[in-house]
Formats: sequence, C-alpha cells, structure tokens
Amino acid sequence: MIMAMKINILAFGIAKEIVGSPLTTAELADGLRVQQLKNDLEEQYPKLKQLTSFMIAVNGVYATPDAVIKPGDEVALIPPVSGG
Amino acid sequence: MSELAITYEPIGVQQCIDAVMSTQSGGIDVFIGTVRDATKGKKVLRLEFEAYEAMALSELQKIAADVRTKWPVHKIVIHHRTGVLYAGEVAVVIAVSAAHRDAAFDACRYAIDRLKQTVPIWKKEVFEDGEVWVAAHP
Repeated sequence: MIMAMKINILAFGIAKEIVGSPLTTAELADGLRVQQLKNDLEEQYPKLKQLTSFMIAVNGVYATPDAVIKPGDEVALIPPVSGG
Repeated sequence: MSELAITYEPIGVQQCIDAVMSTQSGGIDVFIGTVRDATKGKKVLRLEFEAYEAMALSELQKIAADVRTKWPVHKIVIHHRTGVLYAGEVAVVIAVSAAHRDAAFDACRYAIDRLKQTVPIWKKEVFEDGEVWVAAHP
C-alpha cells in the first residue's frame, strides 16, 4: 500500500498561470522524489514542458532531483527567474 | 551589516546609500535597476514583479554571505520592489561599501549578476497587444 501525504504546492509567475492557482494542495505518494514530482507535474500540465526550465524548491531551498519530499513540506514551482 | 528587503513600496535610493555609508569606507558602489519603456523596440506599458518572498530573502542572504567571503566589504543593502512598475521607476537597488573601490565595484556587480540568476523574483512585461513573462520561454 502506498502511503499518501498532503503537500502544499505554490506556483509563481508563469507557472501560476499554467497550473491555474498560486496554491494547490496535492496528495502525493509518501517518499516522492523531486524528479518524480516534476515528471508528474509536466504530465498533468504539459505547458510546463515549454518553459526554458523550471526548478522545484522545498521549504524555500532549491531541491536536487533526488531529494525526497516529506509530509508538511512546502513545495514551490520556480519557473525561470527574472528579478533585477 | 546586510540589509535585504523585498518591498511593495517605492525604493528610497538615498536611504540605501545612507545605510551603507561608514567612516571606514572609502568607496560605495550602487547599482540601480530601472524600468525601460521598450524591449526589442516594442513599447512596454508596465512591468509586473512578483516574488516568493521568504525564499527571495533567504537567497539574498546567501548572496550577501557569498559576497563577504569573496571581498572585504563593510555594508551591503539590497532592496527589490514588487508590484506594478512603470518606465523610469526603480526596481532594485544594490549598495555596497568597502575600504577601497575595487571591492565595492566587484561585489556590487557580482551581487546583481547572482540576483538575476537565483533569486525567486519574476517580471512580466505588459505590451499593448499582450504580456510576456521575461525569460520563461526559450
């Protein structure tokens, strides 16, 4: 049995427009890795694939592809940044 | 002292300069990022800036810490604005003080270059016939 966890996913910039909301709550498989989340998101929201790139941040820190997402983590979709 | 802020309010450029001023500093370098009225010849009506505020502040802290490992700077101030900005307005100010000018120039340049690469802030250009999130698509 796969345990599920509820995760808040924040979306910014163009990612917010693609996903349709600045905040979604998703039910994800426990122990999900960041790369798997990215793949799942791209499948659910194909327009994400058209971006130059996008990063995932977990709890306000850029995450590596093999990082594991834990219950209660704040996950954010970070499309290409353009500050300054 | 590093003073880092994301603000909805107009940036006080002189306040940023005053904040890094120190009697031990012989040089202050200031970068001011301003809004242009056109991009690739096309008229821009306004820019809309958005930030993942908590993470943007922590990324700015990392930049300031990085600067301090590389150059002997005294004070660093970075203020970035969010919201709607029009041509001629100030989007970001980076001010750095140091005993001598080389460190101030280099640190300030490095800070804006890094900010543009890593800090989770986004800007959208609004034209008469549409809107584009800068750098989102190849």
